This record gives sequence, C-alpha cells and structure tokens, in this order.
Amino acid sequence: MKKLLVFLKDYKKESVLAPTFKMLEAIFELLVPLAVTAIIDEGINKGNSSVVWRACGFMLLLGVVGLISALCAQFFAARAAVGFATKVRSALFSKIQSFSYSVTDKLGTSTLITRLTSDINSAQTGVNMFLRLFMRSPFIVFGAMICAMLIDFWLGLIFAGVIVILAVIVFGIMLINIKLHKKTQARLDGVVSKVRGNYGGTRVVRAFNKEDEEIEEFDKRIDSLNKLQLFSGKISALMNPLTYAIINLAVILLIRNGALEVEVNGITQGELIALYNYMSQILVELIKLASLIITLNKAAASASRISSILDTPSDIDHEVSKSSLETDKTVVFENVSFRYDTEGEGEAALKDISFTARRGDTIGIIGGTGSGKSTLANLIPGFYHATEGNIFINGKNASLLSADELEASFAIVPQKATLFSGSIRSNLLWGNKNADEDELWNALELACAKDFVEEKAGRLDEELLQGGKNFSGGQRQRLTIARALVRRPEILILDDSASALDYATESALRKNIASLDYDPTVFIVSQRASSIMHADLIIVLEDGEAVGMGKHEELLETCEVYREIYDSQFSKGGESK
Amino acid sequence: MSKIKNKGSLKGSVSTFFKVLKYLKKYRFHFIVSLIFTAVSVGLTLYVPILVGDAIDLAVGASNVDMSGILAILLKIGIAVGITALLQWLINVLNNRMVYGIVRNVRHEAFARIQKMPVSFIDSHRSGDVVSRLIADSDQFSDGLLMGFSQFCNGIMTIIGTLIFMFFISPAVTLIVVFITPLSLFVAAFIAKKTYSMFKRQSEIRSEQTALIDEMVGEHKTVVAFGYQDDAVKTFDEINGRLSKISLKAIFFSSTTNPSTRFVNSIVYALVALTGAMICIAGGSAISPGSLTSFLSYATQYTKPFNEISGVVTELQNALACANRVFELIESPIESPDVKLEDDNGDSTVEFRNVSFSYSPEKPLIKSFSFKAEEGKHIAIVGPTGCGKTTLINLLMRFYDVDGGAILLGGRDIREIPRAELREHYGMVLQDTWLSDGTIRDNIAFARPDATDEEIVAAAKAAHAHSFIKKLPRGYSTVIGEGGGALSQGQKQLLCIARIMLTDPEILILDEATSSIDTRTEIRIQKAFKKLMAGRTAFIVAHRLSTIKGSDVILVMKDGNVIEQGTHDELLERGGFYNKLYNSQFPDAD
Repeated sequence: MKKLLVFLKDYKKESVLAPTFKMLEAIFELLVPLAVTAIIDEGINKGNSSVVWRACGFMLLLGVVGLISALCAQFFAARAAVGFATKVRSALFSKIQSFSYSVTDKLGTSTLITRLTSDINSAQTGVNMFLRLFMRSPFIVFGAMICAMLIDFWLGLIFAGVIVILAVIVFGIMLINIKLHKKTQARLDGVVSKVRGNYGGTRVVRAFNKEDEEIEEFDKRIDSLNKLQLFSGKISALMNPLTYAIINLAVILLIRNGALEVEVNGITQGELIALYNYMSQILVELIKLASLIITLNKAAASASRISSILDTPSDIDHEVSKSSLETDKTVVFENVSFRYDTEGEGEAALKDISFTARRGDTIGIIGGTGSGKSTLANLIPGFYHATEGNIFINGKNASLLSADELEASFAIVPQKATLFSGSIRSNLLWGNKNADEDELWNALELACAKDFVEEKAGRLDEELLQGGKNFSGGQRQRLTIARALVRRPEILILDDSASALDYATESALRKNIASLDYDPTVFIVSQRASSIMHADLIIVLEDGEAVGMGKHEELLETCEVYREIYDSQFSKGGESK
Repeated sequence: MSKIKNKGSLKGSVSTFFKVLKYLKKYRFHFIVSLIFTAVSVGLTLYVPILVGDAIDLAVGASNVDMSGILAILLKIGIAVGITALLQWLINVLNNRMVYGIVRNVRHEAFARIQKMPVSFIDSHRSGDVVSRLIADSDQFSDGLLMGFSQFCNGIMTIIGTLIFMFFISPAVTLIVVFITPLSLFVAAFIAKKTYSMFKRQSEIRSEQTALIDEMVGEHKTVVAFGYQDDAVKTFDEINGRLSKISLKAIFFSSTTNPSTRFVNSIVYALVALTGAMICIAGGSAISPGSLTSFLSYATQYTKPFNEISGVVTELQNALACANRVFELIESPIESPDVKLEDDNGDSTVEFRNVSFSYSPEKPLIKSFSFKAEEGKHIAIVGPTGCGKTTLINLLMRFYDVDGGAILLGGRDIREIPRAELREHYGMVLQDTWLSDGTIRDNIAFARPDATDEEIVAAAKAAHAHSFIKKLPRGYSTVIGEGGGALSQGQKQLLCIARIMLTDPEILILDEATSSIDTRTEIRIQKAFKKLMAGRTAFIVAHRLSTIKGSDVILVMKDGNVIEQGTHDELLERGGFYNKLYNSQFPDAD
C-alpha cells in the first residue's frame, strides 16, 4: 500500500491542495452553528432583527466561499487520483511485461488482468475519495468537538467519548472488511478465468454438448462469489445503524446534561442548540466517513494486490552464475539441468545436458512428447534459467542477457502459433520494426507464406481477427515463421513450429532456411526425423536426458530411441515405395 | 457488439433502466419490504428532531427547565432510535441481497448467452472485451445499483416526509424551502447530462485497453520472445493517456455535483434561519427556538436527499452505461433456433450435397461439394494447408452452417437436427487443444463426468498419457491452469485424446488429432484409434499421410475443392497431386 504512494509523488501539489481546500470548506461549515446561536440568543430571545440579518448574510457568505473551496478541492483530487491511476497502470503493465516465463507461469494471467483493470480502478476511486473526504471528515469531527468544548468543557467531553467509541466500531468493521474483500477478489478471479476459458474453448465445449455443465460450473462460481458478497455486505451494513444509534444516544445524554446546565445558568438555550447542531454535523460526517471507508477498504485491498505484483521480482530468485567463457562458439551448454518447480519434488525436466553449437550450425532436437525438447529450446535465450550448470551465448551467460541483446541475436518461432490483432504487416514488424516492404515479402517467401498472403484482399494489410482465427493453423504457423525471419537473427529457434504444415511445405521451408545468406545458428525442435536428419548435431531427448547426440548416420547406429523414431516415420513409407 | 446501437444517451439509458427492472421482478418481495422499512425508518428519523426541538423548548433558561418532561421525551427518542437502527441494518441486508442477486443473474444470462452465440461471432470478437463486460462492467453496474437503491428510496421518502413535518411546523417557511430546492435538482440534472457521454467514452476506452491487456498479458511469452515489451508498453501508454484525459474530465465534472447542490443548501439554510427568526421575533408564538432548531435540521435533511439523489444520478448514469454494455452482450445475436423434423434413425451415413460455403462473401471457399460417406467408412481428408479441411469439420459439427446445398446425416438435413443432438453423434479431437481449468481427471472425464477412476486411467493409458500424468506433482489431481499451463502442446493433445477414449460416439472426427505428438507415440495411439474407430464412420484430417493410408476413401482437397478421391493405392497409382504430396514426405528417404 505504502509503496503505491510513490506514484502520487508527481501530484504532491494536488495532494496537498485538495485536502487543504476541503479543510477550508469544513471550517466555514463549523462556523454556521455559531451564527445560529447568535440568531437565537441575541436575535430571537432579545428581539434584535439586525443581528438576524447580519448572521444570515454571514451564513450566505460562508456558502459562497465554501463552494469555491470545494470546487478547487474536487479538481485537485480528481487530477491527483487520475494521474496516480494512470501512472500505476503504466508501471504495472511495464512490470508485467518484464516478467520472465517462470513468473508468468507462477502468477497466471487472469489475476494479472484483474489487477490491471478493476483493481486499479478501485484504487483510483480510493485516492480520489481519500483526498476529498478523509481530511475533511476528521476535521469536522474534531473541530465540532473542540467547538463544543469551548461552549462547555464537560458537555464537550461527551463528544470525545462518542468519537472514541465510533472510531473503534468503524475501524473494527473496516479491518474485517479488508480481509473479506481480498477473498471476494480471489473468487472473482475464478469467475474471470471461467469466462476466458470457456470463450476460448467454444468449439470443444459445444462438440461435447457441455454448454449446460459449463453454465452450471459458472453458476457455482458466481454463487460462491455472491454468498461471500452477501456475508461481507451484512457486516458493512452494521456501520450506518451503529453510528446512528450511538450518536443519538449521545444526543440524549447531551440534552439531559445540557438541560441541567441551562437550569443552573451554565449555558444558554442557544448554546444548547449549537451543541446539538454540532452533534448532528458529526453524524452527517460519520455517515460519509463510513461509506468512504467501505470504498477505501476496497481500494486498500486492491492497492495491496497491485503492489504485491509490483513487488514480485521480474524473475524467480535463482543463483545466477556470472561466469563467462572465452569462446567463438555461439551456444554452449555445460552440464545443464532444469526443473520448473524449484521448491517442489517434481521431476527435473532436463538432466545434465552438454553440447556446443558453432556459428552457422544447425542443431536438431528430437524426442517424444514431454521429453524436454521445448524446455531445452526455452533455456537457450534465457527464458528459463538453468537450475544447475551454465549456458553461454557467444561466451556470455544466458541468464545475464539483456532484453536488447536477446532481441538482437535471437528469433524464436514458438510452438503455439500466436499472432496479435492488427494486420499481417504489424505482426511481421514484431520481428524487426524497421523492415521495409521488400524485406517483409522476402521473409514471407522464405516462410512459404507468400502465396496465401498475396491472395488476401488486403495483402500485407489484411487484418487478423482475434489471434488470427481467420487463418488456418498452418497459415498462422507460417506467418509466425516469417515474423521470426524478418529479424534476420543470429540464432533462430524453431520450436516444433512446422507441426501443422504438410510435408511438402515443410520440406520447402527447411530448404529455404538452410540457404539463408546470413548463416544463422538454427535450432530445430521437432518430432519428425525428416526435419532434423540433416542437422550438424542431433540431440535425442527422452525423459529430459540426452540419450543420443551426433549426426544422423551415427545415431542410426548407436541410438535405439532415434532409430525407433526414424523407423516409425520412414520404414512404412519405404515399404510402400 | 462493437456496433453500439444506443446513441441517444437518454433514451438509451431509459430503455436500459427498464431492462434492469425486469431483473428486479424476481426480487419484488425484497423490494417491497425494503421500501416499507425505509418508509418507517425515514419517518422515525424525521420524528427525532421534533422530539429534540420539544425537549429544547422545555429548557428555556436558568431555573426554567422542566426536567421530568425532558426525560419523558428522551425516552421516546431512545426507542425511536433503536428501531431505526435495526431497520436500517435490515434494509441494507435486503438491498444487498437484491443487487448482488441481480448481478449474479445478469452474469449468468450473459454467460449462458455466450454458449448460444454463433461460433463465427466468437471467432471475430475478442475475449478481453467480453470479460470486461461480464466482470468489470457488471461490477460497476452493481455498485451503482446498490448505491442507487439504498439512497434513491431513502432520499425520495425523506423529501416527502420532511415536507409533511415541515408543513406542520410552519407552512410559510416550508414554501421557501420548496421553491428554492428544485434549483439543486436542476443543477444536478444538468451536470449528470453533461457527464453521461464522458462516462460512456471512458467505458469504451477502458474496453479497448482491456483488449490490449488481454493480448499482451495473455500471450506474454510471445511478447517476451520477440522483445516486444517496450512496444507493448508504448501502445498501452498511448491508450492510457487517452483514458487519463477522459477520466479526469468525467470524474471532475461529476464531482462538481455535490459542492453545487451543497451551495444551494446553504442558501436555503440561511433563508430558513432568516424567515424563521423573523417570524419568531414578530409573532413569537408561531415558532419557538426549539421548533426553529427542528426546522433547520429539516432544511438540511430536506436538501441532503437532493444531493444524494443527484450523486446517485451520476452514479446511476455510470451504472447504466455499464449495464448497457452488459445488456449488449446478453442481447447479441444467437444461433438460429434448433429445428427438429424427424427422429434419429440410427443411420450414420454422412452426405455432402452440393455444399458451398465461405467465411466472407467476397471469398468463396467451398463450391458445390458433393460426397457421400457410407456408414462405418473411414474418410480421410488431406491437402495443403488452407485448402478447407478444417472448414469441412466446422460444417459437419455445425459450428458454421452451409451457405448452399446441404449436409445430411442418415438422410436428414443436419440443419433440421438440434445441434446438441447432432453433436452427440460425434466425438472429436481437434488440432486446437483446449482443456478446461479443472484437474486432469476432470478433463479426461469431461464428456462423461460419471466415469470411474479405473476407466479414466484406462483411457489415459490408451492415449499414452498415463506415464506423463504420473510424473506430475499431483498426478491425476493436478490442476491445469488456463490454457493448459505448463503442459506441452503434445501432452495437451494426449489429454484430448484420452478425453475421447471415454466416449462412445457414432462418428469420429480427428482433425490433426496427433499433430503435436511424436511419431513413436503416435503409432501406439493409432492402434487405440483403430480400435475406437472400428465399425464407426470416421473423418480424419491429417497431414502425416502414413496415418491415413488405411482409410476407405481419401479426399484430396485443394482450394476448397476435392481434386482427387480414392484409396491410398489408387491415388498413388494415379500419380497425381496425392502422389506428389505423399512422396514429398520422404524427400530424403532414399
């Protein structure tokens, strides 16, 4: 919570001015009961109408000055709150963008999205209300108490007692609410995740006729949310009636003791009325304060959820080896082991892998589903960090690569063909912002994507609907390959990225990549022997272990797993030939 | 949804308001009781100042105090306050029940609606926008509604009650209050009207921002892989800047309501004090100092509801703008209604008769395609990417309906079979592996939640998923995060296959079902598939031609048309496109 206050730094002026103007407004309001006392004691009881005129004129003047102060306060508060929220949002988004793969895995995306949206909105309202009311209310409350004490010290003490009791109730309820609000947000996350999941899986849900079950499950989640909201609502609902009851008990006490004072000429009737008016003002303020506190509860809980993300290190804590290597080799793996779950007992995804790739080499990585191929590919650019051992890129430890270095040397084609809303062009430019028209078409041609892009009415400017759903899986895959080739990377990683392509297209693609004029080091992760059999080095993975490493012919001789894979894809083809 | 119909802001918000009322109907009991309680509590609240005034009138000055009279009045005050406090709590609880219930029902309807939207609609609308409508908008809508209900009713009743009480004390002074106070309503209405469009614009920019967030956070890994973070932040900041500007306007202008109406109040207060005091001085008996006190406290109480109501009006405006967006979702188009003409005849022959289809009218894809798949036959569909293989599947399942011609199942046009019934005939594994966010066990048992553990394990074994599931930290109870979390594409596909192994469909559809699975495993799974497909009609889309060699008919598609068809051997012999395609798989084998 405190951490977020930093974002108000640029709004110091506003943050001070808003409550100051509110305070001025409050002072003017506190003067009103004194004017009323004058009317009753000096005006009515003594029959002096000029006092009444002056007092009423004074009240009107107070109103005008109050209006001006309030408008200023609202303006500064709005500026500070909106500015604050804008900065927090921007900072949070940047922070999330800086997260490594492991952190994103751990946090999950839907909670990040809620925090960026509804949490920040509620923090904004919180700041706004805080600046507007939080100074004003205590000021009126204590101001009224002091004014009361000035009239009659002992009667003023009733005010002090009331304030203490109310403070206990108000803050007690607030504390309970903050806790409940956190829980509520967590359940809301569950609802969000259901909607997102369901929306993305429409086809499967419908194919299995699971619409009703999905609705049922969704209902379960909204019902449990609803139940919690009702429960916390019941507790919040105590606030107003309790404050009302206590204030009025105080009024009863005040009138009883006040009447006794009037009897012995301790105070006048007008002063008793003023005391009553001050008590009423406290009540009005407290009702405002109570609803403010509900808002602030939400805001504080949201703020702590936001700062917990801001406090999350961009990367999971790991021992970064700072060692480097004098080498002309592009990629060196030195006894690398890796596990996703650093605390748990989950099995290591990769065990003791060592190899060296020289510039221009093609490295094939093959193995069954879940053998660790993609993990290996994700380790090379430092997306995940080796749990043990070292990875060197051009002699530098992969864990220490900066985003710029990463961008300069790597291009990755991920397994899942993810494209973003925008045009084909805007997606290709992800590879290299400065690429010109020719370079884009060249990349499309190399990725065997030129034909279908040319057929589109908009060509490069054809719009991709959400996630590129207006393209087939194979087309999307070729676009993601083109996107990587636009970069002309030093190291190109193809993570099983031709799986949706037919063999003819894939083989053309492979030839194109082999003939790239800038001679990149290429990592091809695949399940197809044909994709990697011409590689300079083939790494055969099984259950995270390198069970074979070498060239195609060697592996056919020495590695049983490789031979099995090869046979499963070729021998049958051979038969029918 | 993106085309927002309600341009006329006031008219739009009125019709939205009536839609909200429909949801309220279910809670009319709560509503009525809440109204009654509010009336009683308002009445008592207003009675208290009179009692206080009476008490003060009994304390005129030194040695002129009727203490026993005062104590009797104070007792009445105590009772009134006690009852009021209890009622206030009950009102809050009732209102919460009502408002949260309505939002729950709205969310339920919106979600149910999504289940009925045409797939084409879902394909073309971002999930971020839908999430924002269903979550953030309905939240704002509920907050606004809650404030609205409790304060609106309370406000109106307080106004009426105060008028009555004031009238009894002094009709003359009451007139001043009644004539000046509408000014505050006027001011409030003016501000609300000005701010409505700002709130709406704010809502729109927010939804644009949510869509961006959804992509850039949802696909964060790709963003990182391309070092696109800075550009993402730049785009985000641009939208953020626009949001900031409109929010500042919306918030500031809407927040001028309170000070402005409060100013009107202070005018009223001063005038009441003035006239009241003058009457006191002139006539003496008509108004006492005590009743002037009650009157002043009424003057504030009378104008306060106007403040609150006007505050509520801005809040409600915002809430209605949000409600409107939720309702747009609820009212978005749904699929054509199901038609049922004949009963199922148990025949699973599938026939395409002169089918034509395109995703967009400018670009015809499938043109008068005819083909008949006899019951129990295995039909393979092959062809280069983008040739329309998956489209055929979309049509078979009625994710999309044909533009021309018809698809017949057992002689019945599938458009005349209810979708759910039609889909019961099929079991499918798609290239796009989607899992729900439950445990692995839940996912395998997705189609048959009643499956026993043994059956689930057997299905997983048949799909060769058992061995990797066992290795997961919590085995079958591992919870799969959104989109499958840390599972690889291949592992997800194995789970999708296990899911189908538990079902008993008449017709199987395998759309690149093993595309992400290694070939060794694939061969093993093929055996399981073979067993599953025995005696069933099956459609298999594959690019790995080795997996479909045994099919009864192979359809070779190109550019939306079938250019060759026959068995594997026939097609090879023909030496056409299939032959080329097949041999391209083994470019280096010889």
